[in-house]
Amino acid sequence: MVLTLAFRNLFHDRVRLTVTLVGILFSIVLVAVQLGLYLGASRMITANIDQADATLWITAFGAKSFEDGGALLSTRERHQALATPGVVSVTPIVVKFAEWRKPEGGSTRVVVVGSDAEDGALKPWNLVKGTWEDIKAPDAIAVDRTYLSDFGVHGIGDSAQIDFGRVKINALTDGIRSFTQSPYVYMPLSRARQLLNLPSDIATFHLVKLAPNADVEAVRKQLLNRLESAEVLTKEEFHDRSLKQWLFRTGAGVALIGGALLGILVGTVIVAQTLYSSTKDHINEFATLRALGSSSGYIHKVILAQAGLSAILGYMLGMILAGVIVFASQSTPLPILMTPQLAAALFTVTVFMCAISAISAIVKVTKIDPATVFSR
Amino acid sequence: MTTSKPVLEAKGIVKELGRGAGKVVAVKGVDLSLVPGELTLLMGPSGSGKTTLLSILGCIMTPTEGSLTVAGTNTEGLSAEQLAELRRAHIGFIFQSYNLFPTLSALENVRIALDVRGQKGYKAAARSEDVLREVGLGARLMNYPGNLSGGEQQRVAVARAIVSSPSIVLADEPTAALDSENGHAVMELLARIAHEQNRSVLAVTHDPRTLGYADRVVKIEDGLIVGEERRPQGLDAPEITDLTKRRKAHA
Ligand SMILES: Nc1ncnc2c1ncn2[C@@H]1O[C@H](COP(=O)(O)OP(=O)(O)OP(=O)(O)O)[C@@H](O)[C@H]1O
Ligand SMILES: [Mg+2]
Repeated sequence: MVLTLAFRNLFHDRVRLTVTLVGILFSIVLVAVQLGLYLGASRMITANIDQADATLWITAFGAKSFEDGGALLSTRERHQALATPGVVSVTPIVVKFAEWRKPEGGSTRVVVVGSDAEDGALKPWNLVKGTWEDIKAPDAIAVDRTYLSDFGVHGIGDSAQIDFGRVKINALTDGIRSFTQSPYVYMPLSRARQLLNLPSDIATFHLVKLAPNADVEAVRKQLLNRLESAEVLTKEEFHDRSLKQWLFRTGAGVALIGGALLGILVGTVIVAQTLYSSTKDHINEFATLRALGSSSGYIHKVILAQAGLSAILGYMLGMILAGVIVFASQSTPLPILMTPQLAAALFTVTVFMCAISAISAIVKVTKIDPATVFSR
Repeated sequence: MTTSKPVLEAKGIVKELGRGAGKVVAVKGVDLSLVPGELTLLMGPSGSGKTTLLSILGCIMTPTEGSLTVAGTNTEGLSAEQLAELRRAHIGFIFQSYNLFPTLSALENVRIALDVRGQKGYKAAARSEDVLREVGLGARLMNYPGNLSGGEQQRVAVARAIVSSPSIVLADEPTAALDSENGHAVMELLARIAHEQNRSVLAVTHDPRTLGYADRVVKIEDGLIVGEERRPQGLDAPEITDLTKRRKAHA
């Protein structure tokens, strides 16, 4: 009967129910989009680090992120690292911003990623056209197909220039987006050095693979002792540092999380308001219940059930709309990511929001004087 | 009947209402006992304190002074939650404006009185249905209050009051909103509840039509009991029959 009464109370006033559901829907969608953007941005920022097959990253001191590796490393560091016990391989890669010149005029900034596939440390993934072998051809590169129009080209076989060298699209990836909006361009290491006019022993990062039984911390200490001007970060540390750089130093993450919190706040206020006014409208019924001898717990349950039902309905509607938005965002430069964890977290947030909203209504019924049942 | 042990005993009840300049002593020292099997009417002019006294007897208000014992429990010092428990266990209420839940069907309106007592499921539904049949609403189980006449609504309220078999039934002006025929039907029900089910029924009223159903009439004026009449046992039944006949002739 608690559920029946809660259900009837909710559906009794359709307008208010609509307002409640729109309120919940609005805040769920807002929170889903903000957090989904946050997740999507996080994935974009760290995708290359996460994909790379390396336990440790040697970077120049103060490297900020994958795109912003700072000063360059030389082969000296590479040899010192290779001589460290526990280290199996050290693979140099080059990552650097460059200028893409479109065939029909104009230019755009890109991030050149120079890496040799043989070394297996980092190579473009999700290839939808062409193979890594195809990128070894002269001038060959791989880019993500989302950015073809930004590049002023149409697809495989088209050419352009990066800085002052010719490049030809030989392979296409899918879904490797760039948070900085400067697309990644993958090519062999030597070609990258050539294009960027770098000495042939220079690298932005050295990717370190360890022996299977090596103690990561011990090797890291050893490496640090040997390499004075470099930093040695675990994959996770570099991942976190890149996130911090782009999401927090730039304020983007704060804005996204702030937006999500605002969504929760607005949703809570709307639900609290409608729940309170519903309770007020039904106050005589609650007073009657109380006069009939119901415990206050029973009445609280009715209100909480109303909140819970609103939460479930609002969540379902909100997720449908959020799903549509997430789907539509997939082809944009800033795709929204929806994961089962995020969906579960959103449900928790909704239930929590509705529970908090119930407080004012519960306070209201707690003050009911059952004597009012006679004065009507 | 007068010799049965009272299920409700009020002694020296005083109730002050309001604050400061608006303070009113609505009940000024009332002694009243209710015994099983009797329909008692509490009559008096408007503002004489009937509703206030009924609220106190029903453990809905606490008296400013005096003592109240319900089914052997002294109510002094009980918390709001304990008073609710006492109401749940022993008291059924009927209100002038029915106070049904507009969003619940007749059956659900009765069932909820069992639900708040923790009685759920099929048995509770069956019991509620039985009681609704008892008050003559077997054909209206699924109707919502909005689709019931005033008399039918009040009978649903009577069913709700008695479904949990309380030993005391308190009614505030149960016939005031009803036409003559429905008023009589409800009073007949209350008399039956008292006599056939051996409950104490107390009805506040200033409706003279109800007099014929009473075993006892208590008169209140200005917060004080000013008189009490006990109707001779033998006269009860014929009187009610007379009224019923008259009612039928009327219709
Ligand atoms: N909350 C309150 N504050 C102050 N005075 C009140 C309050 N409620 C009732 N009163 C006063 O107490 C007195 C008794 O009121 P009560 O409602 O018990 O009368 P009643 O006999 O039920 O009247 P009626 O027949 O009109 O229903 C009245 O004078 C009324 O004005
Ligand atoms: Mg009154």
